[in-house]
Amino acid sequence: MANADHSDHIGHAPAHHRSSLASYFAVFMTLMILTVVTVWVSRIDLGAFNTIVAMAIAILKATVVILWFMHVIHSPRLTWIVVISSFIWLAMMFVLFYADYLTRGWPLS
Amino acid sequence: MSDVTLHHGAEHAAEPHKHAHHHPFLQHHFEDLGQQHEASTLGMWFFVAQEILFFGGAFCAYFIYRGMYHDAWKLGSHHQDWKIGAANTVVLILSSLTMALAVWGAQGAKRKFTALMLILTLILGGIFVGVKGYEYSVHIDHGLFPGAQTYTNVEATPELTQQVQLFMTFYFTMTGLHALHMIIGAGLLLWFIKRTWRGDFGPEYYGPVEIMGLYWHFVDIVWIFLFPLLYLV
Amino acid sequence: MTSTTIDDAPYIEPSTKERRNYLNDEYGVLSWLLTKDHKRIAILYLISVSIFFVVGGVIAFLMRLELLTPEGDLFTSDTYNKLFTLHGVVMIFFFLIPAIPAVIGNFILPIMLGAKDLAFPKLNLASWYIYIIGGTFGVIVIITGGVDTGWTFYTPYSTQFSNTKVFLTTMGAFITGFSSILTGLNFLVTIHRMRAPGLTWFRLPLFVWSMYATSVVIMLATPVLAITLVLLMVERVLRVGIFDPALGGDPVLYQHLFWFYSHPAVYIMILPGMAVISECVAAFTRKKVFGYKFVAFSSLAIAFLGFLVWAHHLFVAGISVYAALVFSFLTMLVAVPSAIKVFNWTATMYKASVSWNTPMLYVLGFIGLFTIGGVTGLFLGALGVDVHVHDSYFVVAHFHYIMVGGTIMAYLAGIHYWWPKITGRMYPEWWARLSALLVFVGFNLTFFPQFLVGYVGMPRRYHAYAPEFQVLNVLSTAGATVLAMGYLLPMIYLGWSLKFGRKAGANPWGAAGLEWATTSPPPKENFHETPVVTWDAYDYPAFLKAMRETQNV
Repeated sequence: MANADHSDHIGHAPAHHRSSLASYFAVFMTLMILTVVTVWVSRIDLGAFNTIVAMAIAILKATVVILWFMHVIHSPRLTWIVVISSFIWLAMMFVLFYADYLTRGWPLS
Repeated sequence: MSDVTLHHGAEHAAEPHKHAHHHPFLQHHFEDLGQQHEASTLGMWFFVAQEILFFGGAFCAYFIYRGMYHDAWKLGSHHQDWKIGAANTVVLILSSLTMALAVWGAQGAKRKFTALMLILTLILGGIFVGVKGYEYSVHIDHGLFPGAQTYTNVEATPELTQQVQLFMTFYFTMTGLHALHMIIGAGLLLWFIKRTWRGDFGPEYYGPVEIMGLYWHFVDIVWIFLFPLLYLV
Repeated sequence: MTSTTIDDAPYIEPSTKERRNYLNDEYGVLSWLLTKDHKRIAILYLISVSIFFVVGGVIAFLMRLELLTPEGDLFTSDTYNKLFTLHGVVMIFFFLIPAIPAVIGNFILPIMLGAKDLAFPKLNLASWYIYIIGGTFGVIVIITGGVDTGWTFYTPYSTQFSNTKVFLTTMGAFITGFSSILTGLNFLVTIHRMRAPGLTWFRLPLFVWSMYATSVVIMLATPVLAITLVLLMVERVLRVGIFDPALGGDPVLYQHLFWFYSHPAVYIMILPGMAVISECVAAFTRKKVFGYKFVAFSSLAIAFLGFLVWAHHLFVAGISVYAALVFSFLTMLVAVPSAIKVFNWTATMYKASVSWNTPMLYVLGFIGLFTIGGVTGLFLGALGVDVHVHDSYFVVAHFHYIMVGGTIMAYLAGIHYWWPKITGRMYPEWWARLSALLVFVGFNLTFFPQFLVGYVGMPRRYHAYAPEFQVLNVLSTAGATVLAMGYLLPMIYLGWSLKFGRKAGANPWGAAGLEWATTSPPPKENFHETPVVTWDAYDYPAFLKAMRETQNV
């Protein structure tokens, strides 16, 4: 069996990480706190920063859900690649769309 | 090459756990449960990835117009009740907790606990959709449902009226697609509750519950973005 | 090294007794309609895509008939609009996108990987049914009056003004998209998690690399089409103005969203073609493909770069000049990995002993015609040129050189190359060579005049044209007739071969690859024993040595 490759196609029994109950509750509390913060900050007028802060908090919440609720932090590298790639592709969409809209030379509205 | 046939048999004979080839849920094109689990999980992740692009396209269009019509987007957002939105957000995040706990339970073969967590997830999801239905009915009453016949809301100028209708179009399309995904999730949950009660899941075979969780958490993440963008402009 | 022909299939003799294989394993209509076997699903797809190809082809022929004369005398302009729309919709969504992946990929990919099936067989069957449902919507549209917006459904015409079956058509495309996504998902998981022992990434056939890249594009691009069509349907049904300038919407935003998918879609159509070409070049030169790693990575590069160029379809639509500059530059970049492939295939043939079997003839056709198509794409990517030839027949010729001269030729190469494996029969070689010649001649006669006529100003999507363009249009229609013969013949002789073709052994071409390490046709589970791979891709001596010791045939 000289060159049998076991790297990523034969899994045998699932030897998977079981997160602790405490970690789930910690994540939940974090999400609750961040939700409260989101609402609170939105009541304060920060101008253009409102959007940025709201999105930053949302991204933080999503990251927490992805890493712990969706177990990515304990997942194989390939899972990380799939998740990160999809957001990179989304970023490519946003950046290149805005490349048009922001350089048209007439005001957006 | 003559020992080709022994390759997998030998490896399995060496393992102390229950012989995987007889596991009732092992599909026969897979070598063993481990491969099946890895394949299913990876499959669900690829599915989630394409869903990110699906909703992502809508978010992109939303943001472009938000830049163009910021005032209208503010007005449209003020037509939403942020308290209901926030409460619904809490409900949905709670349902994500119960879903994650259900996976934990399935991993530990805790049949009743897992079933209970799935039922709670279903109930919380139902509450969410119900509340959204209520919100929709309020909007329809106020003439905020987009469409030539149904949209009777008037703003300060005709342009603003048009632009707020555009906001409401995004509101209904994006929350509608989200709710549709939740309803599909609810249907799947029903099936999983049945399978859990039947005792299908345990430390060797809990993959289906885990991928149900991945789907459910993804739907939660979509809402995590929708809430501030639609309710808190 | 002697050239390998079917007559000197050297290594494995055809089995004299009728063995159980996936075709005779079970009988009955339900055993086909409820199958989970990827090979049977591939055949289901083969039949359905062939039917849609004929439908799309007939529509094209009607268009070419109209264009024999400068006046719009055969059809009204409305009818002609429906014809070119349906030609595009049928050919792209119901033929080109599924053809190589769902027919050849479905059949061959698991076997190439040494797997028993794809990762999700039930999902694979669902994928076919979803395709049939989507296709049914298409058929209903054709029967109930058609759609006239162009396959691109540009707004606001499609949403506010067209009174044809826009909703049904977009619904059909939307549904068919799911079929594509499920196929891509299945391929990705299978390639990652179900390779045979010893089959490391750099031992994979180049076919797998290209199908992998295709699947990545499918997964990331198709959902954007889905949401775009949803927004289109919402706008049409509710009569709101998401993309309607009169109601505050931006029609260019629709085009951005649409082409974000539709440009990568052309790579969904060409990458599988390139996959087939790599395999056939290796087989019929009996050599490793030159620069294996470059060819492998070029597939990934095409997949990635293909997402960054879509707005070259919008150069004259009203986007900012600065954005257009950026997209023009990126468009030049995406040609590079494709060129690498062409160079490497050609280099493979250098000093090789080439067998001129039918697949190889199609390969040569592909390399030449794809190069022309690709290079004219560069012309179009240059902003200044595009201003003049946008929406002219130059564009039409460009994309037909790639999709027909490229993809369809590759599809035919693959069908012929793997026909013995799929059916256990050889096709009649001289009839096949004749067809390939007819296809090549017919194709060039149809589409080369279109470059000329487009360059001097004939616009696309018009049923009438200025009289000075007639000669070239007549040549084009004549070519279409020859091309149609070239496509008709294989349908006849391939069908004939099922009953009367010479029985094929496991490896009639003497090629390397796991699919040739099992019987023709393969057993239901593909291999009697899971193979263990100890050879590099296209390493003929090592492969054939291993085959002498295998028990799979």
